Amino acid sequence: MQRFYFDHNATTPLAPEVLETLTSCLGQVYGNASSIHHFGQAAKQRLEAARRQLAVLIHANSNEVVFTSGGTEADNMAVLGVARAAAGPSRHVVTTTVEHPAVLGPCAQLEREGVAVTWLRVGSDGVVDPDDVRRALRPDTVLVSVMHANNELGTIQPVEEIARIARRAGVPFHVDGVQALGKIPVDVEASGVDLYSVSGHKVYAPKGVGALYVRGGTKLAPIAFGGHHERGRRPGTENVPGIAAFGVAAEVAGCNLASEGNRLTVLRDRLENAVAARISGVTINGSRWKRTPNTSNMCFEAIEGEALVIALDLRGFAVSTGAACSSGAVAPSHVLTAIGLPPERARASMRFSLGRSNTAEQVDALVDALEGAVAHLRRISVHA
Amino acid sequence: MPEPPIAVAMSGGVDSSTVAALLVRQGHPVVGLTMQLWNQRRLPELAVEGGVPSGPGRCCSLDDVYDARRVAEQIGIPYYVVNFERQFEEQVVKPFVEEYLAGRTPIPCTLCNNYIKFDRFLEMAESVGARQMATGHYARIRRDEASGRWQLLRAVDHTKDQTYFLFGLTQQQLARTLFPLGELTKPEVRELARSMNLAVAAKGDSQEICFVPNGDYAAFLRAYLEESGVPRERTRGAIVSTDGRTLGEHEGVHHFTVGQRRGLGVATGEPLYVIATDSQRQRVIVGGNDELLRPRFFAKDVNWISIAGLAAPMRAQVKIRNKHAAAPATLQATGDAARVEVVFDQPQRAVTPGQGAVFYDGDLVLGGGWIE
Repeated sequence: MQRFYFDHNATTPLAPEVLETLTSCLGQVYGNASSIHHFGQAAKQRLEAARRQLAVLIHANSNEVVFTSGGTEADNMAVLGVARAAAGPSRHVVTTTVEHPAVLGPCAQLEREGVAVTWLRVGSDGVVDPDDVRRALRPDTVLVSVMHANNELGTIQPVEEIARIARRAGVPFHVDGVQALGKIPVDVEASGVDLYSVSGHKVYAPKGVGALYVRGGTKLAPIAFGGHHERGRRPGTENVPGIAAFGVAAEVAGCNLASEGNRLTVLRDRLENAVAARISGVTINGSRWKRTPNTSNMCFEAIEGEALVIALDLRGFAVSTGAACSSGAVAPSHVLTAIGLPPERARASMRFSLGRSNTAEQVDALVDALEGAVAHLRRISVHA
Repeated sequence: MPEPPIAVAMSGGVDSSTVAALLVRQGHPVVGLTMQLWNQRRLPELAVEGGVPSGPGRCCSLDDVYDARRVAEQIGIPYYVVNFERQFEEQVVKPFVEEYLAGRTPIPCTLCNNYIKFDRFLEMAESVGARQMATGHYARIRRDEASGRWQLLRAVDHTKDQTYFLFGLTQQQLARTLFPLGELTKPEVRELARSMNLAVAAKGDSQEICFVPNGDYAAFLRAYLEESGVPRERTRGAIVSTDGRTLGEHEGVHHFTVGQRRGLGVATGEPLYVIATDSQRQRVIVGGNDELLRPRFFAKDVNWISIAGLAAPMRAQVKIRNKHAAAPATLQATGDAARVEVVFDQPQRAVTPGQGAVFYDGDLVLGGGWIE
């Protein structure tokens, strides 16, 4: 059976250039980047080249890029690191209810440690109102953390505006950019964010590598202790093959950003238009306009999303009900709940996230399969 | 059009694994589904060894999903975990708790079969394109050409027969269900599993109530009620004799079941048994063994399987709990088609409200209902 992948927000396949870099590094560049000798230097060169490549993509200075084991570690470093570095008898953090668990988790941990946390609500479009951020700020606010693009909806938050607000208040601003990198332009310099998390495997690099942009001068307490790697920001021998692969992936993403963005927008709209024309009772969740080009989250009335995912998988189409991290969870998606969907509509929602391998033919085949599967499911749920 | 797949309910145990492997060997397309029914991390006070109870026979532990996935991979079938925790709690666990609080002794397995396995699961199976489902139950299904009815029969291996828990199956459910193990004995199933090199061939049998660790249902009820915020004092009451003397106190009628002898905490000359529980007055009534004997009872919500209903009084063998040897009786119709009076030839011990009463004609399951 031919299989088509429509779940690029969960993870992406390796780009061919990335695979080549990864395997050649794994085979040959085995030195420890901290070693003085030739082998260490060769590794160090790859490490720094990758740092420059990623810095170019996000418009940062390369010495502001800290490599991590992934997006989750980057988010934890930022949230816990900034809050714990801040002095004062009382501390306060502002974030939103639609963040990824990698931000919600450390924020909840801070709450347990006695830090006050404001969880901002979003509108039915999934977008946070910058005025709400302004109103939430307190004299003891030590961090604002808002994601750039949402993993389930693709909706893009007004990070530039929030950055201005945070800057004026003198509060460090962290952005979880895992779902934005490689999909929309990221410019940490122009937008004025202080910390920005990214992940390799969402941009056609391998799992197990990510990075945190830390603007010079930002106070960050370490969350792990050990050697002096990454300018003392993140101890542990660097995953040089993974990081080198991430660097190449960043370069490829930068070259294709505009053209691939346009191509995916056309494909995504093709999918949504065909679904709307051929299947009744479908609505798009979240903002239709302010979102990443590749993501569509649709509600199919009177459908059990879990069943539709399985039915489509058996026909060769990989999609998801939402975040892969929460598969098998009983509670409906926290993101869909946050935009006001009742549980049955949240459970009837599906995420389609397109990527480089997808073509118009694949999208058409997906629509055919969807039409058949949805009709079948609705017939059955009528009998049940 | 390729043959639609058969959905196998895979628990990760040897029986359902063997079913999946057998169907694959017979050349059918198969899809494996494991039902996630209960979160073992809930009610942590029941947990042993660091969070999740260990040992064989738990419900939906990660190990079981792991085993089912391993078997699916081994036999090369698509495999998914489907989450029915919400439905399981509503339709099995809550009624289980409520029945105990009401002084009855419920059978959650029958509720699970009626509302989860042969309802939600079957719906999920059909949703993903299957026409039939198969499970590792020990029972047989046969179509009776004369009446056009689907019949349910005891498993060939009477020691493993599970028809007592299957009396709620409807004709539509039976029409779509396969019980490939009904003709086999347990040792034969294990031998098959071994011969097909299934990773789970040597795994132990599961216990009866999958979500109750170590079979300690009283501890489960205590923890569940505590989580639900029911104060303990509310369930306390007196232990009284059949002639009305107060003999002691108890923590709740849900700790007692008809016929129970141990754990009464009352010392008297002759052995005492629970004769009945009265949830209205929170009383447990105890008496001598002979006071447990009942010549007749009513069964409600009767589901007829192999016959359409009672036209006239009918001879049958009636089983009033899983371990009971079916006793000869006469089934009498009442004004209500779903209510049957069962009159035993010989009085039977411990007819327990809340348990099932299943009517047999030899191996044939005529139907069954709930003891009032």
